[in-house]
Amino acid sequence: MAKVLEPKTGKPEFHTVGRRIPKLDALEKVQGKAAYIHDLKVPRMLYGKILWSEHAHARIRKIDTSRAEKLPGVKAVITGYNTPEIKTGFFKDNPVLKKDKVRQFRDEVAAVAAESEAIAEEAVRLIDVEYEPLPAVFDPVEAMAEGAPLIHEDKDSNILKLPWKLVCGDMDQGRSQADFIVEESYSMPWVTHCCMGSSGCMAEFHANGNLTVHSPTQIRYLAQRDFGDAMKALGLKGKRVQVVNTAIGGAFGSKLDTYPFEFITILLAYYTGRPVKLVFSREEEFFATPSRQKVDARISQGCKKDGHLTFREVEMVLDNGAYTSWGATTPSVMMMPISSLYKVPNIYYEAKCVYTNNIYATAMRGYGNPQATFAIESQIDTLAEQVGIDPLQFRMINVNTPGEITPQGFQIGSCGLKECLESVRESLDWDNKKGKQDGRGVGLGSLIHVGGGARIYKSDGCGTIIKLDDFAKVTVMSGATDMGQGSDTVIAQIVAEELGVEVDDVIVVMGNTDMETWDVGAHASRTTFVAGNSALFAARKAKEQILDLAAPLLQAAKEDLSIKEGNVFSRSNPEVSMQLARVLRALHFKTGGTQIVASHFYDPPTQMLDREMKGNFSVAYTYGVHGAEVEVDKETGHVEILKYVIAMDVGRAINTMLVEGQLEGGAAMGIGYSLMEELKADQGKILNPNFLDYKILTFPDMPDITSIIIETEDQFGPFGAKGIGEPPLVGSAPAIANAIYDATGKRVRSLPIIPEKLVAQEDE
Amino acid sequence: MIQVKISFQLNGDAVTAEVPDHTTLLEMLREEFELLGVKEGCGHGECGSCTVLVDQKSVNSCLMLAAYVNGRTVQTIEGLAGAQGRLDPLQEAFVKHGAVQCGFCTPGMIMSAKALLAENPNPSRDEIRWGMAGNLCRCTGYVKIVDAVESVCKGGCSCGEGS
Repeated sequence: MAKVLEPKTGKPEFHTVGRRIPKLDALEKVQGKAAYIHDLKVPRMLYGKILWSEHAHARIRKIDTSRAEKLPGVKAVITGYNTPEIKTGFFKDNPVLKKDKVRQFRDEVAAVAAESEAIAEEAVRLIDVEYEPLPAVFDPVEAMAEGAPLIHEDKDSNILKLPWKLVCGDMDQGRSQADFIVEESYSMPWVTHCCMGSSGCMAEFHANGNLTVHSPTQIRYLAQRDFGDAMKALGLKGKRVQVVNTAIGGAFGSKLDTYPFEFITILLAYYTGRPVKLVFSREEEFFATPSRQKVDARISQGCKKDGHLTFREVEMVLDNGAYTSWGATTPSVMMMPISSLYKVPNIYYEAKCVYTNNIYATAMRGYGNPQATFAIESQIDTLAEQVGIDPLQFRMINVNTPGEITPQGFQIGSCGLKECLESVRESLDWDNKKGKQDGRGVGLGSLIHVGGGARIYKSDGCGTIIKLDDFAKVTVMSGATDMGQGSDTVIAQIVAEELGVEVDDVIVVMGNTDMETWDVGAHASRTTFVAGNSALFAARKAKEQILDLAAPLLQAAKEDLSIKEGNVFSRSNPEVSMQLARVLRALHFKTGGTQIVASHFYDPPTQMLDREMKGNFSVAYTYGVHGAEVEVDKETGHVEILKYVIAMDVGRAINTMLVEGQLEGGAAMGIGYSLMEELKADQGKILNPNFLDYKILTFPDMPDITSIIIETEDQFGPFGAKGIGEPPLVGSAPAIANAIYDATGKRVRSLPIIPEKLVAQEDE
Repeated sequence: MIQVKISFQLNGDAVTAEVPDHTTLLEMLREEFELLGVKEGCGHGECGSCTVLVDQKSVNSCLMLAAYVNGRTVQTIEGLAGAQGRLDPLQEAFVKHGAVQCGFCTPGMIMSAKALLAENPNPSRDEIRWGMAGNLCRCTGYVKIVDAVESVCKGGCSCGEGS
């Protein structure tokens, strides 16, 4: 099967780290045996369905549920008027069932539970709602204007009260030192996750009043807390909530918050006393799932004649939509490329998040970084051209290096940005291909992202419990979440490496809040780093216990003992050896015996951003460069990607094949963001809620990807690894836009770069 | 509502079912036969997650009425692995080449690849891409899926064996 990588000179030889080990659950998945929320069915289970708003902004005059209630097979019909008030979102501005008014077409007005999906759908159609339409606003700039309709009438403005401002150095000085200044505007559209498995959950109350929610969530433990709040509203304070993951059919940030549909399912289960499952149709997935928000940015940067950047100024307006979710916090990540991708001493950044009657904004892979990086990295090319320096060389002049402390207070440890740039130069044959404007062109986009967790909450921790049985089989209970990215496999490899056993001897149990210890969630590209370190340290503790207890058995000093290939042996005299399983049984089956169990809770040594938005909020930073060679058809504006390369400083690849999988999958999402994806709306109504009209990359659209893995061995990462979940889509848009400019001389400053924009006369 | 009685070959067995006439093949396979490896990704023939083989040809089972398969042969992902769980070479290749991430599209992908290789046992990478263009994946970027299918036609997984 997998081949052991040749040990490189000076590097430790690993027996499992670095290997191309197939994902542990792939065997189940290729046989169709993985159970997603869609596949879950328990006795007496009911089906839930939501009635959505028919207006973008309207008062609810009356809801008449009587016809629905009479339909045979309907077990409950709930509205905001016959249930306790439960609100979601970090500003608690989103009632799970809307009362008094709706603020978007996606608003939940009522819900039913019925014996079948068909009956539930029919019942929803039988609910009569009287609305009084209100003036609505869909443009965040208009929403900020005096006299604009207020989305939330208890607030005095549509502008969210959020601290998104970063000032570093002296902007006046930065501007006066600049010999060249470029100022431009960029805009990025609403796009959405498009998980192949739609959202859903199943809620079930037990006889003792405790609740179990089966869900493909990325945040079991935060969801447990949120659902616990709902229990209080139901008068069930103190009862337990268990959150169990089903197989997750894609997430990409879409399942990073709790949403009204989940609370509605809990309410339906509570009122019917039966398990209730609610699953979105594809259309609902498109219009009701919060998405990556539209951003308009004004950006200016200046540099000296020698190319050194002197300042960067960015102002943004983010369309937040009608409610808060994590989308409103993405400026905290946008600051990262603005302040810390290159050395730039003077920085001003300000972002306004604005309520509108559009769908609302949540996390999506990259978390604001793709938008910010598109603006920065496109403009770097423009600035370099003005100065007359090759854009790759221009980046080399300003590149960050290990040991740097950036103006935002990031302590850059490992940093392979230079190596990534060099690799892309070579891979794209940059020096020969750049600058011809003959219909073919090359371009690149650099990136920075958190690679060592991110202190967004007070805890950025993850717990692991490890036990070994009498046959030296290892069970790892991890708080981490696998959404398909392969955390199960990476954790197994890390534990196997540390314990000296084979990956096949390790199983990783995740996805049940009753069984493992806490984890903040699968976000911020943190799982390999944080959950990986947690697993590593737990394995180390287990190993210490084993060696302590094995020393007398083998009549050797503990310090002389090691474990390899399932054997405990003496390093000084390898003849002294005993099977690990025999050691474990000897420790267990005797009077006063013991079994090996170890646990560790790892929380990275980071700081929360302070009031000025400064601090070292990750232990490690991942750098990378996307490069593209494109051919643009002058007549049609069609863009063909001839070559696509990603060079990524991953610290160390725990599993090279899974790293490539992240790079390739991220690139597909990034290329889609660059060239075709956009959620289109008319007066707040989504016009393209299906895969025919919302384009994602298909097989023929996708080029082969050249993955270049740079290993800088981060001092804090597990075996040197850094996180790489999000970076593979962050640099796509500028790389492609810059390549298109190199091919055609046309600078497109709005995404997606559809053919119409390339055949238009003016620059967009 | 009219009930229709359907007899067909399902994963090698002769079976019958009685379903309302508007039932799709997808609904019948999932609900009557509990073949949950057949995934509904969109319900409109856009994503390919529900791909099964009807008389060796790949179809979106969400677009086909159950009644259509009367007298025909249907194969789903559950019918691909042989006795004692011996995997089809395509299944092995998907595992080995890292072509599986979240896995939701995987059964449909494998069934499409099966149909493609039945028609064209030695496709080029581009022929694989066009042959499977109706199946969407949001996780992998397709590259490793092309790798997996290509390895089977190159004989990497003992082509021709399996079901």
